[in-house]
Amino acid sequence: MKLTGAQIVCESLVKEGVEVIFGILGGVILPLYDTLPQYPQLRHILVRHEQGAAHAAEGYAKATGKVGVCFATSGPGATNLVTGIADACLDSVPLVAITGQVIRPLIGKDAFQEIDITGITLPITKHNYLALDAASLAETIKESFYLARTGRPGPVLIDLPKDVQTSQAEFNYPNKVNLPGYKPTLKGHPAQIKKAARLINEAKQPIILAGRGVNISGAYDELKHLAEEAQIPVVTTLLGISTFPESHALSYGWLGMHGMAYANMAIDAADLVIAIGMRFDDRATGRVSGFAPNAKIIHIDIDPAEIGKNVRVDVPIVGDVKVVLKELNKLITKTEHIDWIGQLDEWRREHPSILIRDCDEILPQYIVRQIYKITKGDAIIVTGVGQHQMWAAQHYFFDKPNSLITSGSLGTMGFELPAAMGAKVGRPDETVWCIAGDGGFQMTLQELATIAKEKIAVKIAVFNNGFLGMVRQWQDLFYGKRYVATHLNCPDFVKIAEAYCIPGLTVKHKKEVTPAIEKAMEEPGPFLINFMVEPEENVYPMVPPGASLAEVMEEPKKGVAKWQRQSTP
Amino acid sequence: MAATKHALVAMVADKPGVLNRIASLFRRRGFNIESIAVGHSEMPKVSRMTIVVDGATTQVEQVRKQLEKVVDVIKVIDVTGEGTIIRELAIIKVKTTTANRSEIIQIVDIFRANIVDVSSDSVAIEVTGDEEKVNSLYKLLRGFGIIEIARTGVIAMTRGGAGSSMINKKQPKSRTRNKKKE
Repeated sequence: MKLTGAQIVCESLVKEGVEVIFGILGGVILPLYDTLPQYPQLRHILVRHEQGAAHAAEGYAKATGKVGVCFATSGPGATNLVTGIADACLDSVPLVAITGQVIRPLIGKDAFQEIDITGITLPITKHNYLALDAASLAETIKESFYLARTGRPGPVLIDLPKDVQTSQAEFNYPNKVNLPGYKPTLKGHPAQIKKAARLINEAKQPIILAGRGVNISGAYDELKHLAEEAQIPVVTTLLGISTFPESHALSYGWLGMHGMAYANMAIDAADLVIAIGMRFDDRATGRVSGFAPNAKIIHIDIDPAEIGKNVRVDVPIVGDVKVVLKELNKLITKTEHIDWIGQLDEWRREHPSILIRDCDEILPQYIVRQIYKITKGDAIIVTGVGQHQMWAAQHYFFDKPNSLITSGSLGTMGFELPAAMGAKVGRPDETVWCIAGDGGFQMTLQELATIAKEKIAVKIAVFNNGFLGMVRQWQDLFYGKRYVATHLNCPDFVKIAEAYCIPGLTVKHKKEVTPAIEKAMEEPGPFLINFMVEPEENVYPMVPPGASLAEVMEEPKKGVAKWQRQSTP
Repeated sequence: MAATKHALVAMVADKPGVLNRIASLFRRRGFNIESIAVGHSEMPKVSRMTIVVDGATTQVEQVRKQLEKVVDVIKVIDVTGEGTIIRELAIIKVKTTTANRSEIIQIVDIFRANIVDVSSDSVAIEVTGDEEKVNSLYKLLRGFGIIEIARTGVIAMTRGGAGSSMINKKQPKSRTRNKKKE
């Protein structure tokens, strides 16, 4: 039976098990939207800006492990997706973006709302397609989902001209893909695994460095088994948080620029680093030449191009983390590292890193702790980028697998609200807290409309310090406290929420923090809390840019004059 | 080729935009292409690219791995080494006078090059060989006055019986037995 291109898209999405699409329509994607009502199993969520569609799809994908899907029209619709696609590319998030395009005869003629989106997204997608033929559309979609979800996941874009959506073709959904240039290695090389096992069995001061790859491949049990069997302390990357329970005796927090001092010291002193599903980002390693100077490095990753890219590696193992760890665990002998773990515990006592000082002001760290207490650790935390992100990552204790969703590598402010929305849609039974900064929140707050319309029950905590906080912190520490362009005149966020029919509260006193969070939890729908936090609080510990992990700065003793909050208009 | 230069042979799907993907990758990662030559291969719908990069300025292994990540790239082999046939074609147009034409013809003969066009005040010379041969001829002809030069960039192929689609990624094994001296 012949179907239109638009029907082929919908049929294919159904075959791929897609439940939800985030998007905004426009002229040249109208035929596809016109077809959507024929497929009630595809829930479409109308967002208010295409960036929100991409981030929501990311939030959905990160929370569920499934492929997130977003739609946009040509031209500005497509370019508005770019930030979200780039974010997905750098954080290895499976995403399929479908954009409308002008009719085929107009391509290349600078038609109204025509833009070369496949050209634009070429360096920020795993792969992309300009679908010029309805007959091969099913194959293209099959390949797109396959590419997005397998190997190192990533975004795939399909640009779909309007006349391809309306032209007819025979629909046969292929069972297999034919991609001779794409064969991800899943099984690690046995000889390399043997070498790695030998190093692990011989190491005196080994440390595991777990990244998002553990999460993507679902290797929580395998990681735990390795750590427990060989008594190896575990440090994670920012995106590796919640791959290993933080309350576990072998958990030593996360490393990097704002990681725990003891985690950074542990990496510095280790004689063996077992890096699992991570890629040595500069924020994690500090100055690369000073990274783990005494250690041999085992690097397990599914992407061969990551091996040896940033740091020297002694034993590379290319493969799926879960598959490799299963094999590796068979060769590990039960060991103990009493002295080494004792040393780490001592460092943790001496450099606790995540203490909160007692004061009357509302400290953002304190709010995170209260959210942790009230949710009992049983929530998905979604953050944007900046100080609030670091505090959330430091002060919430992530025991539940895959419970932190954050924009890691691209560092996208404004990620939090739409991503939280996507996460809640994907896992409706979970409590989802969106922890936002006042800067980032104002970049995507139009999605409050989507949240209200679709009744998506996210709890929003805005840390309102009246600054672009992390940048202010850098100005404070490295630019002689010259606060150029970092002061924000924030509007009344509760009034804004109310305008969207979302209830909210402003919290100005410390004693109101807990009741406000409790109120948010009791509310069946979305709720916003505007926390007026200490404006000039800095995030510590901090490894200054260009320094090695050993040169970590800890919180200085307080007693400096405080910036006076300017009244909000 | 100079010791630091590497020839990478990439078998790629013959689809629109593949060259763009590869060029974009090189630009994005800050890799420097010395030359690139593209043409059909022995397989239908597969093109063969020979890309020369300078190992002194670029991490060749990282280039190879990044190229292999491009979905339309089927396979990349570093064919640098003794067991490789490397060729480039150049056309060099040189100013001539009746006085020096025979001298130029002698040089052309020594290099086993061909004169493919003659006019009253110029000759066009076609030369095939490795980069050094083309460079030497170019140097010798420079004294006469070069009007223009067009070079194809090198193409490369391993010696022996194995084809590029069968060659083990690591190194071609057949290089010792069938090696022919230049």
